[in-house]
Formats: sequence, structure tokens, C-alpha cells
Amino acid sequence: MANDDIVARIEANPKYHELVRKRTSYSIFMSILMIIAYYGYILLIAFNKEWLGTPLAPGMVMTIGIPLGVGVIVFTIAITNVYVRKANSDFDEMTAEVIKEANQK
Amino acid sequence: MISQSMRHALFLAAGVLAVGGVFAAGADLGNTTKQATNWVAIAMFGIFVAVTLGITKWAAARTKSAADFYTAGGGITGFQNGLAIAGDYMSAASFLGISGLVFANGFDGLIFSIGWLVGWPVITFLMAERLRNLGKFTFADVAAYRFAQIPMRTFAATGSLVVVAFYMIAQMVGAGQLIKVLFGLEYTVAVIIVGALMMCYVLFGGMTATTWVQIIKAIMLLTGATFMALAVLFQFGFNPEALFAKAVEVHAKHGAIMAPGALIKDPVSAISVGMALMFGTAGLPHILMRFFTVPSAKEARKSVGWATTWIGYFYILTFIIGFGAIVMLTQDPAAYYVPKMVDGVQAVGADGKPVWDGLRGGGNMAAIHLSNAVGGNVFLGFISAVAFATILAVVAGLTLSGASAVSHDLYATVFKHGNADSASELRVSKITTVCLGIVAVFLGIAFEKENVAYMVMLAFAIACSANFPVLFMSVLWKDCTTKGAVAGGIVGLVLSVGLTILSASVWEAVLKNPKGSAWFPYSSPALFSMTAAFVVIYLVSKMDNSAQAKLERSLYPAQKVRSETGLGAATASGH
Repeated sequence: MANDDIVARIEANPKYHELVRKRTSYSIFMSILMIIAYYGYILLIAFNKEWLGTPLAPGMVMTIGIPLGVGVIVFTIAITNVYVRKANSDFDEMTAEVIKEANQK
Repeated sequence: MISQSMRHALFLAAGVLAVGGVFAAGADLGNTTKQATNWVAIAMFGIFVAVTLGITKWAAARTKSAADFYTAGGGITGFQNGLAIAGDYMSAASFLGISGLVFANGFDGLIFSIGWLVGWPVITFLMAERLRNLGKFTFADVAAYRFAQIPMRTFAATGSLVVVAFYMIAQMVGAGQLIKVLFGLEYTVAVIIVGALMMCYVLFGGMTATTWVQIIKAIMLLTGATFMALAVLFQFGFNPEALFAKAVEVHAKHGAIMAPGALIKDPVSAISVGMALMFGTAGLPHILMRFFTVPSAKEARKSVGWATTWIGYFYILTFIIGFGAIVMLTQDPAAYYVPKMVDGVQAVGADGKPVWDGLRGGGNMAAIHLSNAVGGNVFLGFISAVAFATILAVVAGLTLSGASAVSHDLYATVFKHGNADSASELRVSKITTVCLGIVAVFLGIAFEKENVAYMVMLAFAIACSANFPVLFMSVLWKDCTTKGAVAGGIVGLVLSVGLTILSASVWEAVLKNPKGSAWFPYSSPALFSMTAAFVVIYLVSKMDNSAQAKLERSLYPAQKVRSETGLGAATASGH
């Protein structure tokens, strides 16, 4: 198969390995951030619900836990879109380059 | 000391609440009597049906090949697919269940919705583009990419069908009960209508029609929920603090609704349920299938970006809607509450005011009643129609993924060894769709009086214990082999089902064993079953030194190049 040649050429290209390394470590970093945010919130509820139930300011009804909880939702949306943007620009550029170089030779 | 504080520490994982919430859904809706026929709602729903059937007719003309049927020819854009994924995921249970939970407990509803959202970044970071690059029609394409086709496909199709079956039963029973309350139709009639319409969409319009039904439903749901949230906030000058202050004043639990609440389990359950939600989403066949409808990895990523945005936004809305219901429904209790009767007359409290019991139609009716409070009967009709449309869209998506598991994985690959032509594969998927539709209606009727609260969580547990580990390891671990993947997947499947049966939600609530007799003490098996699946995949693959295993390992570099770069990936170019 002609495809095998291209695969071999991509494998031999250091740029390909750089792409994989960069993107993988970025994905793992982002996943860890998400896991910290989610489990951090859950564990906070588990161990310090009094603090979460404290009013934001004296005399207020809104508690610390509410903006924090909405914050986790907003963070989830934001982190997902940050990744998508980076992958669709930087990583896709690198990918296109790798494929182009493999097809040239 | 510790055990005391443990017991009282409010270990509220989203899913602990999920079980509670869905439980309430089943119980509450099951207990209601049929309501008066709501003609406005039926008319609104009629319009939705007419429009979607029109789209189905248009889609039918374009559904000629198996690729059209499974993936709409791969021609859906990232933005459209994002809406469709959101449509697949925002079920009636999440709309009515979460707002009902906020209405009852305030803060707790927020934790619940966070749990259902956190699976999406995981899919984005780890799975979306790799799925798109390796797959064609079903997630089995990805899992079996370099493996022995027959065992892998058989396993993946089984995993898909089991997940679809449990998810489907929960949806059908919920549909019947919901429609009984909203439209005043008989349970059986409601289930048959859902089954028949869903069959039409899938059978004639395939993925194209199913996608558009989901997009329309997602837009309707987001519009309706936005309007309700704005109407609530408008009343309070767009000042959330004023809304919360009023809610605390009128809610029976007062200040307690502003802090984490009362559904307690233990830390193990909290973590286990969290895992089921976080990784289960990445193992749901009807969600995974949506990644093959877009033309490229770029669009696949855009899809999840949009889907996460819409779903997260929707959950924030349901929180506002729940608080709005607390405040606004108490302003006119006679219209929305059931009077508390003592000796045939309504009880009167110490303050001389009449006493009210729960909401009319049960706890999950908070959002529905609120729609009447803010927009009158016409808006009530609209929201009821949205709820019906929501169920329909989710069920259609499930059916399509079940049908493709049978026709593409079992029929075309396992029985025909990959030699089935597109036309016969398409025919098999259509026959399967009809069969699944009939089975779904029968299951819906058979489970009418059963407690199905555990089924959605079970679907997530199986998805994260059987489908996700196999998919993850086959794509990301070079030493994974067919034997390892199949063995680990089976262990995950059996353990997740087995432990669920032995847990309180089935052992006590369904099988009627005495309270406290459940063998498995936690809310979700995911922590154990998913871990076991990964361990078995690892060990069996490591011990597998067969020629087949060596071949599979040697194929990994090429698979990796394709999954990382999209080289040779299936495109929309088949058209």
C-alpha cells in the first residue's frame, strides 16, 4: 500500500513526534485541571460544607458555594473551548505540516 | 468521631443526587393520575411533529447508502453537531429532574448538574478527534481498528446494545409517565406514539432526520428555558441576590437551600458516582456515534466545544428556573399545589393560613408549572411540547445507535465477514430499527409499574466500565491486544451489572429485599468495575504472546499516525 510509505515517512519525521508529545501532554494537563476542579468541589462539599454555606458578605443571602458551583460550570465550558481553539489552530497547523512533508517526498 | 462526621458529612456527589433525582422522577410521576387533556400542548406538539416529519421526508430522499443512514453522509457541521449532541444529552429527566431538585433542595441541584457536565471536557481532551480519525460509523470501528474483528465487534455491539437497552427503558417509562401528566393521554397511548414517531424518523430519515430532530429540539429547549430564566430574573431586576433572598424567605427549608443539603452517602460513593458520570459519557454509543457525522477532526472538536457550552448554559438556566419556581409558585399556591387534607377539609396552619402538600403532578413539575406562571397557557403548552420532543429525540438517537450496532457490527462484520454491500446493510439497519421500536414500546409498557430509577445510572456505569476502557486502551496503549480488550470489557460489563443488582437501588428497591440487606454498599459500581476492567485489559494483554497479539502490536504505529494526524480518515468524500 502506498499509505505504508507515508506512514513510515511520518513516523520518521521528528515534527510528528513533537506534535504527539505536545498535544498529549496538553490533553493530560487539561484533564488533570478538570479533575482537580470537579473533585476539589465535591471534596469541599464533603469536608467543609459550612464554609460553602457561609454568606458571601455579611447580610447577604448568597453563599460562597453558589458562585463557586456556577464557577465550576463556567470553568468546564471555558477549558473545553480553550482546548478546542488551541487544537484547531496550533496543533492542526503542525498536523498539516507533517502530512504535507510526508506527501512531498 | 470520624464515622459520626462521615455519616453527617454531606457527601453529595452529583450522581448520588442523580439517583435521588431520577428516583423522585419515577416515583412522583408514577403516582400521578392522568390530567385533563391539554389541547394547547397537543397542538404545539402537533406542529413539532409536522415539521419534523417534513424534515424526515426531505432527509429520506437523501438517505440512500449505509453511510447516509449512519452518519448523514458525514456532512454535518461542527456547530450543528454540537447542538445535536446537546439535544441528545439534555433529556427530559435533566430538564424537569434538575429544576425539580433545585425547587425541592436548592443548592443540591447545582451539584447534580455539575456532575453531568464534567464528562465533556474528558471526551474533548482524550477522545473526540481520535474517534473521528479512526472511526467510520460506530465506536466499534475504533475499538476494533487493529484487532480481530469478530470478537471485538461482538463485544462492542453487546456493550452498545446493553447500554442502549437500559437507557431506552428509562426514557420510555419516563415518557409514558410524563406525557400522561402533561397531555392527559393514557400511558400506553403515549408510549406507542413515542415508539411510532421515533421509528418514522430513524427508519425513513436515518441520521439526517435524527440530527435535525435533535437540533430543533435543542433550540426549542434552550429558547424556552432562556425565556423562563429571563422572566424570573426580570421580576428581580436581574439581581440574583434578590431572587435568593425571596426564595429563602418563602421556602419551607429557608436558609438551608443555600448550602449543600441532605442526600448523604459516603466518600467512596461520591467518587464512584463521579467516575461513572465523568467517563461514562465517553462510552455512550449514541453520543460517540455523533462524532462520525462531521467531516473532520477539526469539526469534531468544534462539536464538543459547542455541545459543552450549550449543556453548561442549560444547567445554569435550570438552576435559575428552580429558584424561580420556589418564589413564583408560592404566590398562587391554589393553582400549583395539592391542598393538605385533614378529615376531608384543607388543613389550616397555626398562622391561620391554609396548608399545602407537594406540587400538583409531583416534584418534577416545577419547571412546567413555572412556564404557566410566567407565560400562561400557551407557554405551558410550548414547554410541554418541548418535553415531549425531548424524549422523542433522545429515543431516536438511541435507536439509531442500537440499529447500527446490529447492522454494521454484527451483520456486516461478524456474519458477513465484511462482505455485505451497502444496500443489504441498510436493509438490515431498517429491519433492526423496526424491531427495536417494537421492543422499546413493549419494554416501556412492561416496566410501567416498575422502579426504573437505577437504569440511567446503570447505563452510565456500563458505559464507563465496559465501553470506555476498551476504547481508551485500544486507541492509546500500544500493547493492548484483542484478548486483553475483550476480557477486560467483559469483566467491566459483568461487574457493573452484577454490583448494581447487589446494591440498594435494585436489591432493596426493586427486588424487595429487606432494607440494609444489599451486599454492595455504594451508589455506583464504577470505581470498582472500571478499575477492574483496566487491570484485566492490562494483565491479559501483557500475558498475551500469541502471533495474533504480535501482529496487533505491530499495527499500532500506523493506527497512531492515523489517530493523531487524520491521515486516511474516513471523509465526507463518499458523496
